[in-house]
Amino acid sequence: MGSATSELPARRTPLADDAETGLKIVVVGGFGVGKTTLVRSVSEIRPLNTEEVMTQAGAGIDETAGVERKTTTTVAFDFGRISLNERMVLYLFGAPGQERFWFLWDRLFSGTLGAVVLVDTRRMQDSWYAIDRLEHHNTPFVVAVNRFDDDTDRFTLEEIRQALALGEHVPMIDCDARVRSSCKDVLVSLVDHLYTMALAQEGTP
Amino acid sequence: MTRGPVDIGDPDRLYMVTGGRTDADDAFDLVTLIVSECEPTAGMQSEHVRILEICRHPTALVEVAAELKLPITVVRILLGDLHDMGQISARHPRAARSVAGLPETALLQEVLHGLRNL
Ligand SMILES: Nc1nc2c(ncn2[C@@H]2O[C@H](COP(=O)(O)OP(=O)(O)OP(=O)(O)O)[C@@H](O)[C@H]2O)c(=O)[nH]1
Ligand SMILES: [Mg+2]
Repeated sequence: MGSATSELPARRTPLADDAETGLKIVVVGGFGVGKTTLVRSVSEIRPLNTEEVMTQAGAGIDETAGVERKTTTTVAFDFGRISLNERMVLYLFGAPGQERFWFLWDRLFSGTLGAVVLVDTRRMQDSWYAIDRLEHHNTPFVVAVNRFDDDTDRFTLEEIRQALALGEHVPMIDCDARVRSSCKDVLVSLVDHLYTMALAQEGTP
Repeated sequence: MTRGPVDIGDPDRLYMVTGGRTDADDAFDLVTLIVSECEPTAGMQSEHVRILEICRHPTALVEVAAELKLPITVVRILLGDLHDMGQISARHPRAARSVAGLPETALLQEVLHGLRNL
């Protein structure tokens, strides 16, 4: 179970015919932090790639043409899939955390269960923007620290919590994105967190 | 490790596929599961044929997009057409959030159970 390279079928295997509910979790973080690796580790299909094209009205008016300029931005993201049971299927989306992808986020986040913020301690500032947006959207999240082998600092989770200015309520967990069982633990910690919050909310009339 | 946005290439092809429309139908979520309600017939647009083939088993919108190698926006339009013609049905995500803003505990319990059994 803990093997680094699980064999994934080359062809996309179909879902069960009774599958009826699709769910979403977003994995967000800076470039090269291990998003695709995490998705691959837990996915039952080889991660697939797709694109969202966004057309936005340009910031200014094109003086010569007298028409509003439109800009088109394309952003690629990858995703994997976990069949939870015959009826429910969970999709994991790996999304870049940079500011210029905010529009993709708004899309991905709508209706998402929650998010995993993947952090590389050598470049912690790469996750600031992501955390800021998640808090703004009120999207529940956990922070997973992907420990790379050449990370010599070995900050403790508490030190990282301080550096990221995270509240006590945000769960933090160490992980190795290459290891399936470790990624599974990350997802469980997120859903556990959601469950605890939902339970508390149901308790308050 | 810096990667810029990927160019989708040929805008003319997009225009052809969607008949020039750019207003995507947001009724389809990324994880809405699509199911074919009929077999492709002769003379159908090739993208429609592909979708009907792929969706013989329930398939999420994102998976359709990845298979067709077309942007999500374009796939939404194609699915909207097929849906209007009654050739596909859509299983929308259960309202993931209760009125209070969080998913129901029962749903989350099912998710947890599924994850722990991985
Ligand atoms: N040592 C070590 N290497 C890792 C770990 N996770 C990922 N890597 C490696 O780091 C590199 C980047 O990982 P990716 O999964 O591609 O990262 P990403 O976040 O998807 O990157 P972009 O999509 O380019 O932003 C790959 O070469 C991985 O093999 C880890 O936990 N430990
Ligand atoms: Mg990646």
